[in-house]
Amino acid sequence: MTAAEIRTLILAALALGVAALLPLTGSGYWLGLGLNIAMFTVLATSWALFSGPTHYISLATAAFFGLGTYTVGLGFETLPYWSLVALAGILGAVLAALVGLATLRLSGVYFVIFTLGLAELVRQVITWAQNMSGQKGLYVLTDITEDHIYWQLVGLAALVYLVGWLIGRSRLGFALRIIGDDEEVARHSGIDTARAKVLLFMVPGAVAAITGAMLAPRYVYIEPALAFTPMLSFQVVIMALLGGAGRLWGPLVGVIPFAILWETISSTFPNQTMLLLGVSFLVIVYVLPKGFVGLIDTVRRRLSNREGWT
Amino acid sequence: MRSTAPVLSVRGATKRFGGLVAVNAMDFDVTEHQVMGLIGPNGSGKSTTLNLISGALKPTSGTISLRGTPITGLAPQTITHKGIARTFQLVRLLPSMNVRDNVVAGAVFGHRRRWGAEAAAHADALLDRVGLGGKGDMPVGQLTYIDTKRVELARVLAGDPTLLLLDEWLAGLNPTELRIGIDLIRSLRDEGRTIILVEHVMDAIRSLCDRCVVMSSGSKIAEGTPTQVLSDPDVIRAYLGDDDD
Amino acid sequence: MDIFLTGLLLGGTYALIAMGLNLQYGVARIMNLANGEMLVAGGFCAFWFYTAGQVSPFLTVAIVAPLAFAANWLIYQVMLRPLVKRAKTRGQLESDSILATFGLSFVAVGLMLAVFGGDYFNYSYLSRPVTFAGENYGLNRVAAFCGAVVICGLLYLWLNQSRAGLSMRAIATAPASARLVGISVGHLAAIAFALGGAVTATGGALISTFLTLDASTGVMFTLKALIIVIMGGVGDVRGTIVAALLLGVVETLVASLIDPGLTLAAAYTLFILILLFRPQGLFGRRQT
Repeated sequence: MTAAEIRTLILAALALGVAALLPLTGSGYWLGLGLNIAMFTVLATSWALFSGPTHYISLATAAFFGLGTYTVGLGFETLPYWSLVALAGILGAVLAALVGLATLRLSGVYFVIFTLGLAELVRQVITWAQNMSGQKGLYVLTDITEDHIYWQLVGLAALVYLVGWLIGRSRLGFALRIIGDDEEVARHSGIDTARAKVLLFMVPGAVAAITGAMLAPRYVYIEPALAFTPMLSFQVVIMALLGGAGRLWGPLVGVIPFAILWETISSTFPNQTMLLLGVSFLVIVYVLPKGFVGLIDTVRRRLSNREGWT
Repeated sequence: MRSTAPVLSVRGATKRFGGLVAVNAMDFDVTEHQVMGLIGPNGSGKSTTLNLISGALKPTSGTISLRGTPITGLAPQTITHKGIARTFQLVRLLPSMNVRDNVVAGAVFGHRRRWGAEAAAHADALLDRVGLGGKGDMPVGQLTYIDTKRVELARVLAGDPTLLLLDEWLAGLNPTELRIGIDLIRSLRDEGRTIILVEHVMDAIRSLCDRCVVMSSGSKIAEGTPTQVLSDPDVIRAYLGDDDD
Repeated sequence: MDIFLTGLLLGGTYALIAMGLNLQYGVARIMNLANGEMLVAGGFCAFWFYTAGQVSPFLTVAIVAPLAFAANWLIYQVMLRPLVKRAKTRGQLESDSILATFGLSFVAVGLMLAVFGGDYFNYSYLSRPVTFAGENYGLNRVAAFCGAVVICGLLYLWLNQSRAGLSMRAIATAPASARLVGISVGHLAAIAFALGGAVTATGGALISTFLTLDASTGVMFTLKALIIVIMGGVGDVRGTIVAALLLGVVETLVASLIDPGLTLAAAYTLFILILLFRPQGLFGRRQT
């Protein structure tokens, strides 16, 4: 490990420690916001692990998330909670592998549509199944508090960063960078591109399902429209791209401001969240195509160029 | 000369695009340590033939085998693992990476695999080999045209392929660069590598190739030493057209 | 039998919407995810004219189509052309246009919510039954189907007979070569995009005569149109029509035999099957 890596590691551990102290403030508002930020950090960072290098835009987050929520909702009375969280992760990875096998050989448009429809498909099927069985939703009654959920999410975030860092140093990560640059070259350099993409897509699938499982106790009452809300998928895409999907810490830079903005807009102008989503997409495409990270890089380069001139 | 078994043998390889027959029943062998030129006028099917060998395209019919094992229609990555590596007609580098990583990309997943410090050292050695020593940290966007070709060649060599496919690697170079380019390929030849060269530059064909296969309109029209095929009336007609003889 | 016919009637209107998207994707190379909102906007216009002045939706089309044409032309020139210009690869244009049109789609929903509110809107037009082979069908559905057939027919003739139509098809098949034979690709791409939008908005006006719409239903139609285009094959008019009719029938079957809540699930399942077994589309040639 280089000195810079050790410094980053220490800083990350410190940040994590500080983040873990939040529930001690005892403020419900801050905890709620912190919970949202932690949740979206986990989702957006794992999303960017796959979509950053491959440029595939996945809108399946809600599908995986809902899968995790329902795993807990259906099983918490029979199985211990922890095993359900693990089970959710496995189910998420399996679903992601299936989706990946079906679509990742094809072009990006197919993938977007497939993932956009996936959450809707699962939602319709579950709604239908519930109608058949005569119940509308599920009660998840546990003694897990918001503090616990928050700590779990912070722990999961640490895990996601660790996994992301390890992937970045691995052959798989290197293969994905090559695929992102030129898939044809990747294939002719000996990379099984489909396998690499499917393997990596399983990471956000598993993480989103685990996140859903962790949040299930917070909702108390879960129904398809809540667990599979397509809005979640879009929010994750925006936050990750706004921050910058090219770096491991990029999404975090997008998550914090956007989560706060979202909170503010949806509490003051609840009808204008759609407009906010739309404008955010347009900002990403036309103003910040490389996210805040790209902006920071440009500024840094300018500064160092200026130094170079003098 | 012909005692060794062929490294690559192509039998009846055919590729149709809809109604168009781009490659028509091609037959040829490449033996060990041989540089074979695949030549012919534009649009005669040379690159398509190369694409069939490298797995970029699947043949409509026919077989291609590497040391007796069929590789017909396998995925390009599998063919690369088996030891065939190629350059592209239009140079394809990885824009987000520096020169060294572009070469490492060929070393990690190829015929012989390396990783980490070993791969980086191997890449640096290859960069020296193609004349780019010390340029490993440069972004590829700053390279001259011939240097991009050198990087691509180094990437292809990085997986230690047993058969090298060079698709018009010398095209577009100026006379000085062409000299350098020909010398570079000749040095690969002297190392005893087996190479298929798709090429237009006659000087290069004469000085580099042991044997040539000439294609016209998708079919093989001649085969032999460069001197033989370049004096063959059919070949001259294919290149110049037959209305003025 | 009546399920089959109802499905065909629905599929006819779907064909129109998908045709609009197909023009945009096949010729202008923009996967327009705001397509459904254009449909809802067309429906809104028809609703507004009918409730305000009792203007028949079939006449409204004469206003909706040119309006949508102009709006989409502007969208292409102002928003999408810069993306086409800056894109270095097909993939980059693809993801840029996906994000941009998603943005557009949400902005459109947001604006429609602000202007019209979140209510469902429907009106009663030609809602009397016609009897055919002993079964009743809504006259509005039949009329919308006929309208769709006429417009699809005109579009098909235009694409196959006129010079401009031929150029469009040339672009859809081989954009680089089309440029070589002197076709102004940029100009025609804008027109194709605008025309696609106009066709979709017209479809929206027709569909509003028998379906209930609200500001946020657009995405459902986008999804269906996308599924149809991919099933039928990009740039393939005949394939689009067959795929649309197929989807209409499958949806109606599922809605009447299992549950109306599962229509999108049915469409999606069809899409998965196509992706797995015929990713090149129903009539597309296999790319090797």
